[in-house]
Amino acid sequence: MSDNGSLVSVRDATKTFRRGSEEIRVLERLDLDVPEGEFLALMGPSGSGKSTLLNLIAGLDRPTDGSVTVAGERIDRLSRTKLAAWRARHVGLVFQFYNLLPVLTAERNVELPLLLTHLSRAQRKKHVDTALGVVGLTHRKGHYPRTLSGGEQQRVGIARGIVTDPTLLLADEPTGDLDRKSGDEILELLTALNREHNKTIVMVTHDPHAARRATRVLHMSEGKLSQEAAE
Amino acid sequence: MLNWLTQVFALTQFNIQTIWQRKGSSAAALFGIAGVVAVLVGVLSIGKGFEHAMQASGRPDTALILRSGADSEMMSGLSRDVTRIIGDAEGIARGDNGALSSSELFVIINLPKRSTGTDANVPLRGVEPPAFGVRSEVEIVSGRSFEWGKNEVIVGVGAAREFRGLELGGEIPVGPERWKVVGLFAAGGGLSESEIWTDAGVLQPAYRRGSSFQAVYAKLESADAFQSFSDRLTTDPRLNVKVVRQTDYYAEQSQAISGLINGLGSLIAGLMGIGAVFGALNTMYSAVSSRTREIATLRALGFGNGPVIISVMAEALVIAVVGGLAGAGLAYLAFDGFQAATMNWQSFSQVAFAFDVTPALLVQGIVYAVLIGFVGGLLPAIRAARMPIAAALRES
Repeated sequence: MSDNGSLVSVRDATKTFRRGSEEIRVLERLDLDVPEGEFLALMGPSGSGKSTLLNLIAGLDRPTDGSVTVAGERIDRLSRTKLAAWRARHVGLVFQFYNLLPVLTAERNVELPLLLTHLSRAQRKKHVDTALGVVGLTHRKGHYPRTLSGGEQQRVGIARGIVTDPTLLLADEPTGDLDRKSGDEILELLTALNREHNKTIVMVTHDPHAARRATRVLHMSEGKLSQEAAE
Repeated sequence: MLNWLTQVFALTQFNIQTIWQRKGSSAAALFGIAGVVAVLVGVLSIGKGFEHAMQASGRPDTALILRSGADSEMMSGLSRDVTRIIGDAEGIARGDNGALSSSELFVIINLPKRSTGTDANVPLRGVEPPAFGVRSEVEIVSGRSFEWGKNEVIVGVGAAREFRGLELGGEIPVGPERWKVVGLFAAGGGLSESEIWTDAGVLQPAYRRGSSFQAVYAKLESADAFQSFSDRLTTDPRLNVKVVRQTDYYAEQSQAISGLINGLGSLIAGLMGIGAVFGALNTMYSAVSSRTREIATLRALGFGNGPVIISVMAEALVIAVVGGLAGAGLAYLAFDGFQAATMNWQSFSQVAFAFDVTPALLVQGIVYAVLIGFVGGLLPAIRAARMPIAAALRES
């Protein structure tokens, strides 16, 4: 935990990118705290910086200035190798386009993060079965991604995200590529993970309908958290 | 460490499983590497075959005696008195009919090549009866041996294959006359198979050589007897000769040609290898590029850069090894045993030989393929590991 008791604490974070000679400031001296057990939705238009903020919390990117602390660890100071190991231990990721490996079955896709642990093959199988059971896809575990619907692929993606029982589950537009019905099922699942399994979730979304499932919604605009609304 | 190895294994397995999805570019690199290896092995097999033909001719227990200062039989000349003194020297092995020492005459005749019809120099050797004892590997494979004192010749199977008129029953021009081919002989793939043999006693007058010879071939009691035999002859005040072990003589004779072939072969293969490296680079860059998001996903999940680099390298090496094996197999099928003839510049005569694709050459070809794969895979592998994860995750 950070000093203020938050699971995630972003302080004075600035992120700039270079495009040729032009410097683009994506995040502007941003502060954010996410308490443990919260389901936070980050909303905002394209280019507002919400995915960049999510990447900083996930340890996929580093702030140009400021700090990011997750579960008491300053992840912006970790080396690349240590950061990779940290992600494997603490972060579950859910992507808009699922990012499943097409040559692996659902079961083996879910198993991937467990290959970074010291679990035995039998233990890995048990964890995979549990995760697939949580998302309701045990019966489809031998299927390849191309034979699964979009909603099913995203559920496999969520199973992969939770299989290591991470500290944080980070979802970037998890319903962005799905129809309303499938999207609702995914949101239902995320809500259940938050309520029943006390998972801390940070979700980036465009969709107000999706954001309504969160316990807290923050709006981003031009690199700043401009508005906060409790749902 | 175990965890790291697990990562390497998982990523490598993933990469290799997806090769088929990029079969077009993978096949292009594979065939490129196979072609390079086939050419490398093929060209070097020429040198190996030539070396084999020359080395199979030499025996360590056989000495060649030339006039002092002569580098080859062509430049040498020995009188009958000298060859008699040599034949009587201690250390020469003895057969049923006396010392195994053959005084020989070596001339060149012109014969048309079967392949092009152009004239080429063919060695005609006049021998004495002990010649068959000195070169025990020589055996008549068709017809019979020539009769001593008659204008008859026997022909090595390599020469018969390469030149017109040398088939059994054919005739060759020797001075103003035509001598009949009465037999074909083999000599274990050695240099003698490129020669025509006849009685030295009838060849001398045909070429107005009087009673002179050019060399003496002597089979020694043992290979170890060479040094004392050589010392005995070179210190004899009646003689002005040099004594060479036959294996050394042929090794020296083959040096220029095999050096040229190997040099050219390596140059060609080197240039083609550069092309193949670019082919492999292109394949691996496209492999990495087509999986940008997948590699980024794995890295986002926590897979390290080292395993990513090794897995991409492993894929390149798999393609290279398969290409190398295909190329080596192709070279073996296409070139091994292929019959050819080339000029031996030391004797100014043609040497018939067979391309020799040896196991060592096959290994050399595959090692070369691995090298191409390594160089071709390294940069794309580093690129895969260095791509910013956040940006790469959004690639389509």
